[in-house]
Order: sequence, then structure tokens, then C-alpha cells
Amino acid sequence: MTVTKALQDIFTPANTRYLMIGLLYTLIVAIVTVGVSTVFGTVLALLRNYERRVLGRAASVYIEIFRNTPLLLWIMICLFVMKTGTTFFRGTLGLTLYTSSVVAEIVRGGLNSIDKGQFEAASSQGFGKISTFIFIILPQCFIRIVPSLMSQIVTTIKDTSFLSGYAIAEMFYRSKVLISKLPSQGATITGAHTLVTYGSVALIYFCVNFLLSCVVRYMVKRHHA
Amino acid sequence: MSRAPFALWRWERLWNDKAVIFNGFVTTLLVSLLALALAMAIGIIFGMLGTSEKKPLRAVNRVYVEFFQNIPLLVQVFFIYNAFPLLGFRWPVFTIGVVGVGIYHGAYVAEVIRAGIRSIPKGQGDAARSQGFGYIQTMAYVILPQTIKIILPPLTNQAVNLIKNTSVLATLSGLDLMYRADSWASQGTLSYGPAYVAAGALYFLICFPLATWARRYERRIKEREHLQLSEAAAEEMMLMAEEML
Repeated sequence: MTVTKALQDIFTPANTRYLMIGLLYTLIVAIVTVGVSTVFGTVLALLRNYERRVLGRAASVYIEIFRNTPLLLWIMICLFVMKTGTTFFRGTLGLTLYTSSVVAEIVRGGLNSIDKGQFEAASSQGFGKISTFIFIILPQCFIRIVPSLMSQIVTTIKDTSFLSGYAIAEMFYRSKVLISKLPSQGATITGAHTLVTYGSVALIYFCVNFLLSCVVRYMVKRHHA
Repeated sequence: MSRAPFALWRWERLWNDKAVIFNGFVTTLLVSLLALALAMAIGIIFGMLGTSEKKPLRAVNRVYVEFFQNIPLLVQVFFIYNAFPLLGFRWPVFTIGVVGVGIYHGAYVAEVIRAGIRSIPKGQGDAARSQGFGYIQTMAYVILPQTIKIILPPLTNQAVNLIKNTSVLATLSGLDLMYRADSWASQGTLSYGPAYVAAGALYFLICFPLATWARRYERRIKEREHLQLSEAAAEEMMLMAEEML
């Protein structure tokens, strides 16, 4: 069987390890991206919602520009127009700049869902503007948007595959390298090898993302119950 | 000549070669329109399956949606590009783009349409069936037209995402806007700055009006519903007052 042969050729211990480290990179890049984007996105959301002057306008412009242009454009801009940093850093930066605009809108959704009375109650208790946000508003906002932020991790895991075109060693890039390395490992490449490699990578992405989206759904259901 | 990334002469070069970028823009628009049509067709079929009373049909919807939503679009498109020829399908990259992006977003559209159908009171379907409408007729003439108002904003957002995602074609030398801008710069004077700004501006030109319209439309619907809700509440209070008399 050609498929069995392909499986044997591809999933040698060394190759499996190589691919799994790629998965680890994919997950790390996705989590770091969503983490940094949450900080930056929260700042953008607060500015867009509560600051009516220059900074608020600037936040709106940032969000609209990044949300209405492709991710690939920002990855390419960071890689080919920017001059400083490693490829890995610049690629991840492009992903983070883009994801921040998406997260900003998620945070804004959370902020808008909070009752106005919370602001009044806080100020009646002597909270200043900044401490109202830090101690009263943002904690409530974040509890509400945890499921959306987790869905964003799924989206970002998928988005990291865009980095594969630029020699950033996440899982999809490594799977392409793996196919090209097979002949030097003594395997005669057949169509089955290509099918099995891409099929396996698709399956790994599916398992990770499906598991995460099941967790999100469970959290939403428990919240409504 | 200045070597600055945004030097004036680079913009002049870009202006002289504007036909290249414009060609890419037209390809991006064409792929987007065809992929959107495919995504809508898939979305309506699988969205209807998702609201079926038969469990196996609902399962078909789940499998389709979960499968295509949880695998990166780029991996799917690469699979079609590399694996389909082995199975005997030799498609031009344009077709791969339309099909790849169409089936991927079809899963998202299916979820939107499923939610839309479920938001229509069940009595509407029962009423139509009692008047002799078949399942397809009930959907086509009674249920789906009523969902349009609710699904239009999320559907428009899907269209925006779809347009942005057609840029995956650039990774397969797909002659779309992103590819044209990138290759114009890399094969010419390395004027990446102006090329990317132009490409970004063109994407923004289509996506921003759509996204803004969707947001305003959604807000308007919500405000109107609040109004109707308060009217209903006022009516109920009137009824209660009458009963008390």
C-alpha cells in the first residue's frame, strides 16, 4: 500500500518530532499574539470608546484600517518594509498588529455591554476615572469576553499558517520542508506522500482547533445555564 | 536616486505601471464575487440542513462546518493546489481560489443562515405547511425572506472577510491584487512601500464601506426593535389596566 509506505516514510521519530516542534511554535506564536493583542486592543478600545479627541480618533482610524485590509498585507509590510528584527519577530509583529484591531472590537463589545450604572456607582464611591476602569469596568468586561478571546486564539492559530511562506518555522512551513527533505532520507516521493503530509497537518490543526472551540462552546453554555 | 522606501520616484514608477495593480484588483474582485456566490449557495444548503428536524441531516451540517472552520484556509488551498492534480483535477489557480475560498466561507455563511432560520418563530413554518407549502417552498417563500433583515449585517461582515481572504491566492502566484503588488515590487525596483500602500488602499476601498454599512444597519435594527419592545410593553400595561377596572 502506497499510503502505508508514505506514513512510514513521513512519521519517523525524527520527522514527527520536527513537526511537533512546529506545532509548539504555532501555539506559542498564537498565544503570544493574542496576549499582546489583548493589551494593545484594550488600549485601542478604551480610547475609541471614551476619548473623543485626537487619541480616540487615531484609535478608530487604526482599527478601521487594519480590519479592512488583509492580514497577508501586514505580514508582508512588516517583513519587507521594516528593517529591524528577525524574520520571526517581524512576522509575528504583523500578525499582532492585525489581531489587535480585531481584539479591540471584541473588547469594545464587552465594554458596551456593561451597564452605565456601574460608572455612576463607582464615581459615587469616590473612584477616579482610571481606577473605575481598572477595578470596576475592565474586570467585568474581561469575564464576559473570555469565550470570544478564546475563539480568537483558534482564528490566530489558523492565521499563523500565513507566516509559512516566509521561512518562519511554524507547523505548516515545517510540513512543506518535510516533503522536500524526504528524498534525502531515502524515500521515493509519490503522490501519497504529498496527500498524507498535508492531510496529517490539516488533521492536527483540526484536532487542536476543534478541541478549543468545544471548550469555548462549553463555557458559553455553562454561562447561560 | 534616493533609496528611501517611500521616495517620490518610487511612486512615479508605480503610477506608470498602474495597469499591473489594476489588473490584480480586477482579479481580486472577480474571485471575490464568484467565491461569494459559491459560499452563499453552500451556506443556504448547509444552513437549511442545520435546522432540519432529522438528526443525520443536522450531523451533516455539523461535520461540514467544523471541518472547514477548524482548518486554516491556506492549508485547504494548498491541499487543493498540490493534492487535487494527483487525483486527476487540474485546475487553474483562479478556480482553486474561487473553490477554496468559497467552500471555506460557505461554512461561516451556513452558521449565519442557520442562526437566521432559527430566529424565525416556528409558527411561521407550521402556518406555511398548513397552507400546503412543501419544505423547499416554505423555506424559499416564507422563512428565508424573513431572515434577510437579521442576517444581512453578519453576512456583510463575512463578505468583507472573504474579500480579505482572497489574498491567499498571492501565495500560489494567483495574479490577484496582493500578488501583483508584491511581484511588481520584488521583480522591479523593490518599491515595496508604495506597492503595499496602493494594494491596502484598494482593499480598504471595497471593505470599509461594506463594514461600515453593516454596522450602521445593525444598530438601526437594534434601535427599532427596542422601540417595538417598549410599544409592546406599553400595550401590555394598558391591557392590565383594563383588566383591573
